[in-house]
Amino acid sequence: MAMAMTIRNAASRRAMNPISADFSLRSMSSWWKNVEPAPKDPILGVTEAFLADPSPDKVNVGVGAYRDDNGKPVVLECVREAERRIAGSSFMEYLPMGGSVKMVEETLKLAYGDDSEFIKDKRIAAVQALSGTGACRLFADFQKRFCPGSQIYIPVPTWSNHHNIWRDADVPQKTYHYYHPETKGLNFSGLMDDVKNAPEGSFFLLHACAHNPTGVDPTDEQWREISQLFKAKKHFAFFDMAYQGFASGDPARDAKSIRIFLEDGHHIGISQSYAKNMGLYGQRVGCLSVLCEDEKQAVTVKSQLQQLARPMYSNPPLHGAQIVSTILGDPELKSLWLKEVKIMADRIIGMRTTLRESLEKLGSPLSWEHVTKQIGMFCYSGLTPKQVDRLTSEYHIYMTRNGRISMAGVTTGNVGYLANAIHEVTKSS
Amino acid sequence: MDSVFSKVDRAPEDPILGVTVAYNNDPSPAKINLGVGAYRTEEGKPLVLDVVRRAEQQLVNDPSRVKEYIPIVGLADFNKLSAKLILGGDSPAIQESRVATIQCLSGTGSLRVGAEFLKKHYHQSVIYIPKPTWGNHPKVFNLAGLSVEYYRYYDPATRGLDFQGLLEDLGGAPSGAIVLLHACAHNPTGVDPTSEQWEQIRQLMRSKSLLPFFDSAYQGFASGSLDTDAHSVRTFVADGGECLIAQSYAKNMGLYGERVGALSIVCKSADVASKVESQVKLVVRPMYSSPPIHGASIVATILKSSEMYNDWTIELKGMADRIISMRKQLFEALQAKGTPGDWSHIIKQIGMFTFTGLNKEQVAFMTKEFHIYMTSDGRISMAGLSSKTVPHLVDAIHAAVTRVG
Repeated sequence: MAMAMTIRNAASRRAMNPISADFSLRSMSSWWKNVEPAPKDPILGVTEAFLADPSPDKVNVGVGAYRDDNGKPVVLECVREAERRIAGSSFMEYLPMGGSVKMVEETLKLAYGDDSEFIKDKRIAAVQALSGTGACRLFADFQKRFCPGSQIYIPVPTWSNHHNIWRDADVPQKTYHYYHPETKGLNFSGLMDDVKNAPEGSFFLLHACAHNPTGVDPTDEQWREISQLFKAKKHFAFFDMAYQGFASGDPARDAKSIRIFLEDGHHIGISQSYAKNMGLYGQRVGCLSVLCEDEKQAVTVKSQLQQLARPMYSNPPLHGAQIVSTILGDPELKSLWLKEVKIMADRIIGMRTTLRESLEKLGSPLSWEHVTKQIGMFCYSGLTPKQVDRLTSEYHIYMTRNGRISMAGVTTGNVGYLANAIHEVTKSS
Repeated sequence: MDSVFSKVDRAPEDPILGVTVAYNNDPSPAKINLGVGAYRTEEGKPLVLDVVRRAEQQLVNDPSRVKEYIPIVGLADFNKLSAKLILGGDSPAIQESRVATIQCLSGTGSLRVGAEFLKKHYHQSVIYIPKPTWGNHPKVFNLAGLSVEYYRYYDPATRGLDFQGLLEDLGGAPSGAIVLLHACAHNPTGVDPTSEQWEQIRQLMRSKSLLPFFDSAYQGFASGSLDTDAHSVRTFVADGGECLIAQSYAKNMGLYGERVGALSIVCKSADVASKVESQVKLVVRPMYSSPPIHGASIVATILKSSEMYNDWTIELKGMADRIISMRKQLFEALQAKGTPGDWSHIIKQIGMFTFTGLNKEQVAFMTKEFHIYMTSDGRISMAGLSSKTVPHLVDAIHAAVTRVG
């Protein structure tokens, strides 16, 4: 009571003086004065630097966003048409916590197959997620909550944000061998050893296709062997599929690794993204799915995934999901989409060939076979950080310091300049 | 093969969103959904604002628009305009570049990102939240790793503010504790402090170095005026101190499903604000990388056009006025029916919700016998009412109050 009286009296005195006379407040220092400036994100920081560069010759082969042969970003025709149909919709209400049911249904068909028995039997717990990042994060949080003693095995190398995701979810990380620097291909025996030596029932992160950043994928035969070993060790396989359609141009082909594991009876988890294959980067639309024992368990698991989404963002964004449903739900638009994905994939495959041939024509002492062997948006060039820095400072070519080149940023207009620059910084190797 | 998740239990339905699920499953033609706080017209239809339609059409018709990743912190012009909206165009904090604004996924996302930042960088990990508050608040803060304490807020006896209790509880909080404040139109009670009471709260909080975290989900909805509804936030910022603000465009622009909002962190200096922003990026990147482009583009389009902005304020006032009129109609109808009790809180409370004072049993009765869907704490969404449905609700309340304990 006394305090309230004091405050009331103070308030009436205070009313005579403007608020700006609160000298005590102004002399207080900030709560945040000990906050350190954070390091720039290694991937997204590249584009920031590129944009700041005034050179007319500059080339951005950093972030993995597709460009056409004129170096321009692309909005797919099927997406534009879908947006025309959606505009003027009278629905802008909240989606359910698990997102758009229609969008999720169509998305599961892409990963599990149109006629998947698992879809028919309703054994898949699935929620719309914030693109691939959001799907991975929800899974990591779910893993932490329901398998609290578990760790995640992550390939070396991997997309740098994978480490951030599982770290922020508080799930301890281990690595497994993946890339072979000597062959610039897969270190298959190293991978299998690590899978064998991991404790039974370990969680593994696998890139379903078009491994980021290396572009190195196991063959079908190798996937089968990996799957068999996983079975013997009772490991959990979590697939990050961010490039379905982009690797070979054929979405069914690109989901082969997943189909192999499903055939072998694994209860897998999958993160799917429409950022690249539908060009919906900024819409943040994707899906997290977990294959369960039966329908009852799928309902249960889905309910728990929703409990993790609710305190993060309540429910996922509508627009991207509407675009996906509109396209995949209309046979003509879906067919147009498949054509457009193939065009993007083919352009990238074409640029790989051109880049390799250009380097060979320049008389490079090194082998550039890996440029055409690797698959998907990225080429793991083998360039060292020092060589990458030279490419940036001397030639205004921007890529991540691990030597990863986004082939989507290579065009007939810049491939010659790029090949020449790479040759210059590597010819004395 | 056995699932590694076979021991997982089914989670309970979300109490708020679960109401709509139950409503949708009810075949009765008399049903009324007074659950989730989404605006409805007099005809009971959801509303896409005309100005939003126009903004969307503009975006669709612009062939130069691309859909690439936007920066981790979101669209720059959206962020600037959002800070201006809540702080006022003449805010010294903005002029001095002391505000770090990050586009987030509506109010929920802004709260969660802010809470995660506080957990990492603030010296206190306890947050005081009002009793009662939006059901999702404690979950958001718990998952961010903060511990939650309550301060007294609602007085069931008066159906108004327990101001003494509030001052005592905040007065007893440890120095530096974080305090969640509903900027206006408190959810679920509709009870707001007066401006004199806000001033006392401000002084108490500053004297104890308590850190304000404003949740502003209804700017424009409470009184119909964007400036009036921002008053509490602006007086805190005007004293030069620091605070966090979570803004949502779900209700005031009807952009619910697009998940548009912003987190603003008002700092002491531009240098600190810049460092703070860089650290918030590290929270966002492993959560969803960058926020969704569509809703924020609509908001930016509207806020940067003076014509569209004006049209928006008119539509916003229209929504607020309809809600105020529903309060009046409900109150007068209860008076006319002679329903026992004092129902004046219906017109004293403000914003989308009325905390009726009905108890769990009465609510369950109203759902079962009258197909009225509302949250079990007695909260009704005024936006879900229309002149046509007021009589049915009055019958239900009257029956509940006279027949159920």
